[in-house]
Amino acid sequence: MIIRNVRILGGEPADIRIQDGLIAEIGPALQGDGDVVDGGGVIALPGLVDLHTHLREPGREDAETVRTGTQSAARGGYTAVHAMANTSPVADTAGVVEQVWRLGREFAHCDVQPVGAVTVGLDGRQLAELGAMADSAAGVRVFSDDGKCVSDAVLMRRALEYVKAFDGVIAQHAQEPRLTEGAQMNEGVISGRLGLTGWPAVAEEAIIARDCLLAAHVGSRLHVCHVSTAGSVEILRWAKSHGWNITAEVTPHHLLLTDDLVEESPAGAYNPIYKVNPPLRTRADVAALRAALADGTIDVVATDHAPHPVEDKETEWSAAAMGMIGLETALSVVQEAMVDTGLLDWAAVADRMSAAPARIGRLSGHGRPLEAGAPANLTLYDPAPRTEVDPSAFASKSRNTPYAGMTLPGRVVATFLRGKPTVLEGKLV
Amino acid sequence: MNRHLISAGDLSKDDALLILDTAEELARVSERSIKKLPTLRGRTVVNLFFEDSTRTRISFEAAAKRLSADVINFSAKGSSVSKGESLKDTALTLEAMGADAVVIRHGSSGAPHRLANWVHGSVVNAGDGTHEHPTQALLDAFSMRRRLGALDGRKVTIVGDVLHSRVARSNVLLLHTLGAEVTLVAPPTLLPVSVHTWPCEVSYDLDTVLAKSDVVMMLRVQKERMNAAYFPSEREYSRRYGLDRARFAKMPDDAIVMHPGPMNRGMEIAAEVADSSRSTIVEQVANGVTIRMAVLYLLLGGETA
Repeated sequence: MIIRNVRILGGEPADIRIQDGLIAEIGPALQGDGDVVDGGGVIALPGLVDLHTHLREPGREDAETVRTGTQSAARGGYTAVHAMANTSPVADTAGVVEQVWRLGREFAHCDVQPVGAVTVGLDGRQLAELGAMADSAAGVRVFSDDGKCVSDAVLMRRALEYVKAFDGVIAQHAQEPRLTEGAQMNEGVISGRLGLTGWPAVAEEAIIARDCLLAAHVGSRLHVCHVSTAGSVEILRWAKSHGWNITAEVTPHHLLLTDDLVEESPAGAYNPIYKVNPPLRTRADVAALRAALADGTIDVVATDHAPHPVEDKETEWSAAAMGMIGLETALSVVQEAMVDTGLLDWAAVADRMSAAPARIGRLSGHGRPLEAGAPANLTLYDPAPRTEVDPSAFASKSRNTPYAGMTLPGRVVATFLRGKPTVLEGKLV
Repeated sequence: MNRHLISAGDLSKDDALLILDTAEELARVSERSIKKLPTLRGRTVVNLFFEDSTRTRISFEAAAKRLSADVINFSAKGSSVSKGESLKDTALTLEAMGADAVVIRHGSSGAPHRLANWVHGSVVNAGDGTHEHPTQALLDAFSMRRRLGALDGRKVTIVGDVLHSRVARSNVLLLHTLGAEVTLVAPPTLLPVSVHTWPCEVSYDLDTVLAKSDVVMMLRVQKERMNAAYFPSEREYSRRYGLDRARFAKMPDDAIVMHPGPMNRGMEIAAEVADSSRSTIVEQVANGVTIRMAVLYLLLGGETA
């Protein structure tokens, strides 16, 4: 197959020849047989990798399944996703992670790399059998109790130490539980006015500071999920300046949206479409997160794609579920927040959304530079069109997007997984 | 005026004065032997109460009945709501019954905003979580005005658990609109961290504020706050922030004492203070019916069914 006329990382137009699932050749006016895809001058990126996806299967197939979640991922330009462990049953055994991994292989819209729970049942009391999950067919390397914080300092220390044996990483959901009891939104001006219990920035920052020190002490690898505050950025910058093995992610929504949407938005006040954990923060936090992603203090963009059925969002604020979907809008939001603002070029986008997450997750077949010999995992992206986000067109089973009705730039034209198209002309293959 | 009354902040000064002036006229009706007016005949007012609040519910019920509206009381206990029906389905049910106004009390901040998306009638917030209670603020302003005259430049001190108080939020907004100067007094633990952005002054020391107050409004302190370490003990709270006789004596001679009820006598307010002639606590209850009549009249009276 030949993909004609694409601009690799936004550079000069070139053709890409694909053979046996690998990139065979890159250059101008390539010859070869087989199908031809006309790129029409759009940007070619390495297939995107998400470190933080909730596929909801097993347990909440009404919200998302491995099939619909990976279809959503492919439409967003992803060729691999890390499936979070907070399913029902929890992915805390080799059996559950292998089940999720097999479902991903069966549907083949994108690779599914299961994340294992750190503690049994996400209960924060006893370590799950991390080694068994690492040794399973799923080959788990990322462990997380995401949705809950591993708040016990001793347990966190042990987890960080233990996974060194198989090059694992603990991905921490940083949320001091006592400081966030009943928390509903960012603690600040808006929460005070709206009478909603605050989720203070310090509850995230205190855990990140502690975990950075623990990771340094035991010489292990720490990844911080969904960083949301300016203070967290400062702590990470300080920790990284010591050369400690720490990485961090930011979600697209924390790069674009702020907590005043809870008070005033086209969707009305107190609309739970904006309810998410960690919560939307302030403009100052958004600015700090963008700067941190630009200078590498934050390593990756991860979606925290969190599908919920309509009835779990069409309620009063305090009763609503936390989370928003993000796979199909991630690249557009990153373009809006980072590229069109001049903070990142497309090569840096490829790093933050493909190379770095693949490196952290130890996915050797993903995130490789687009060059001959690399697996043909590709995303073709047209940054030109600006369109209104239409949730009814999503492949995801859920519709809880905060961007409905917003105009965002760009469109994923095609996605290739090991040379096979999963999306062409913006549609699932 | 807006179609709904959800936040005291939605009221302009003209709106607020119109409600207070209308209440003044309606108060004259309440003094007659036949208290009923035909204004809202044929209109339906639903009292939708997800939290127990007999005081507020009967106040709204009396107000609607004195205006000849049909009143449906819908309380969460023993209804479909306790069987898991969502707020939206409850709203659609009320909508199908043709409610012209829904008076809602709910434990979740913002529930009236959500309800307003799903019903065509007017939504009146009768207290939502720790957000607002605008008719309480209106009746408080009405009570102050009856005792003190116009509120421009008047100094109002609100004391107690501001963090969790919907009464305090609504009062700060409304009194600011009406030109009064509000000072909030509380232990720092019971103030929102962002309170400096509110249109009012803040103090941690009740004694320094009392002598300059025209009105001292005491808020109810929930005893469960003590277990959550907001303050060390009931007695310590009472010593530092309670309105006892000694503090009452420091207030100017014509200053008044208010409390939205229900009171913890001996905790935030001494019994002698609550029962003094300068306390408006009983008037506040009577004024509650009047102000709610004015609100329903202005929201529903202008148009025909």
